[in-house]
Amino acid sequence: MAAVGKTHATRWVVLNVVVVLYALFPVWWIVALSFKDPGTLTDGDYIPRDWTWENYRGIFATAEFTRALINSIGIALIATVIAVVLGTIAAYAVARLRFPGKRVLIGMSLLIAMFPPISLVSPLFNIERFIGIFDTWIGLIIPYMTFSLPLAIYTLSAFFREIPWDLEKAAKVDGATPAQAFRLVIAPLAAPGVFTTAILVFIFCWNDFLFAISLTSTESARTVPAAIAFFTGSSQFQQPTGSIAAAAVVITIPIIVFVLLFQRRIVAGLTSGAVKG
Amino acid sequence: MSTRAQPAGAPPPPETETGQAPDQAALSAGARQERRLGWLLCAPAVVVMIAVTAYPIGYAVYLSLQRYDLRFPGQAEFVGLGNYGAVLSSPFWWDAFWVTLFITAVSVAIELVLGMGLALVMHRTIFWRGTVRTAVLIPYGIVTVVAAFSWQYAWTPELGYLAELLPTGEAPLTEQWSALWLIILAEVWKTTPFMALLLLAGLALVPEETLKAAMVDGATAWQRFTKIMLPLMKPAILVALLFRTLDAFRIFDNIYILTAGAHGTGSLSILGYDNLFTALNLGIGSAISVLIFICVGIIAFTFVKLFGAAAPGAEVKR
Repeated sequence: MAAVGKTHATRWVVLNVVVVLYALFPVWWIVALSFKDPGTLTDGDYIPRDWTWENYRGIFATAEFTRALINSIGIALIATVIAVVLGTIAAYAVARLRFPGKRVLIGMSLLIAMFPPISLVSPLFNIERFIGIFDTWIGLIIPYMTFSLPLAIYTLSAFFREIPWDLEKAAKVDGATPAQAFRLVIAPLAAPGVFTTAILVFIFCWNDFLFAISLTSTESARTVPAAIAFFTGSSQFQQPTGSIAAAAVVITIPIIVFVLLFQRRIVAGLTSGAVKG
Repeated sequence: MSTRAQPAGAPPPPETETGQAPDQAALSAGARQERRLGWLLCAPAVVVMIAVTAYPIGYAVYLSLQRYDLRFPGQAEFVGLGNYGAVLSSPFWWDAFWVTLFITAVSVAIELVLGMGLALVMHRTIFWRGTVRTAVLIPYGIVTVVAAFSWQYAWTPELGYLAELLPTGEAPLTEQWSALWLIILAEVWKTTPFMALLLLAGLALVPEETLKAAMVDGATAWQRFTKIMLPLMKPAILVALLFRTLDAFRIFDNIYILTAGAHGTGSLSILGYDNLFTALNLGIGSAISVLIFICVGIIAFTFVKLFGAAAPGAEVKR
């Protein structure tokens, strides 16, 4: 019996190790690349022989990368805030109120979530040039916000349906004003869902590449994913491998931190709408 | 059946299937107010979504009917369906179409199997459950472009660990078939976790007791999986398949970084991008955009037909 238990346990450990390696190996590879100096870049080692910060110093020395990082953070944050605020209001109505057109709303947002971004790129490109927001922060914030709204409405309404709204009534019976009832009872219950949605939306905006390369033309609004793709290296004879690896690690860190801190919630957010219904 | 909370205060009026209140005349003042509030609260989101998607799509249709080349803006004129004819009779469109279809079908199929395996491991493992789930989430969070670079370097001769496994002189990203498989590999690595998490949520719906009972009755693990788990998980599986299929069909980032669409690996999104931003031909590019939109619509429609009641969006009325 003990032996059986032991093989069983070993099997799970092996499976888990395989899963973790599968998930992390490509990530480790690019981290290792980012710490190699140009001389050993091509040695194929999984662990750099000489660790160096050279690649990181290199990318932060140029305005190109720093500017792109600021753009990424600013654009993703603003788009996230707007999308989550509008999404929260709409999701509250969907989860809580009875009104015709609700299904149309959910259907429409799902339709948009499935929209091929390339279909919007050509008209947006022309419209944005026409009204003068091409290659600006707003020019990217608008599509990001729109494409993440469905995600926000969908996950938030799933979260909101789980909230016991009767508590609000109970608080009112106990003498709380509507504002107090909302602030003290409902808001703390809703906050985790809103927060989770914000993380998912942020990841979505942070990730975008197509809009970032199509709706920008200079450094003034280009985000990091797009900037990396246009890296040229410090001289034209040098492959920018090390710089790209370093930049890649820098934009991956915030996401990894989110994932490590809020793992449970992210899973809940990703799956809540899909299966509970 | 309803998981929706009842609104505070209002007496629960009878509700029809569509969530619509029964009769205009029978509406109480409270219900009318509730309707108005509902519309009011949804209005900002709806306005934004329509302004930024519906209007541009209409504009794309308009552009697609013009000869409109940014290099020769003076020659813009209405050409009717001419651009569509040009696109659909061009081998570039059909090559990209088959490439996209191939990548979509193969990667979603692999992801389903792999994702199911991952979900089962995450569901059943007793050790380091948190670590495993976190590790699996990381590819989901990683910026696609970063992941694509990691794969590109891995397969670059003299630089990558994977290229070293190949005979010298092989550059897999420069051959159509090997490059397509590498694109699929990159896509599968990045998005299997998403599939696995949706399936994991589905697994959580399978009651433990039913599985135990089946075990007592002598069902093998495979029988328990196919006869009990799969049918119960069907809604979750369909949702995961729909999301992933539509997502894979618009594949862009991975291909752009790995091969930039060279050597016969360009997807429809790459084709559209090239026509718009390399050739600056807004007319042809818009026609491609509209055609991709129609393809996605057909895929979504097919899935929703297959889904029936399990379709996402149908959930609200329950």
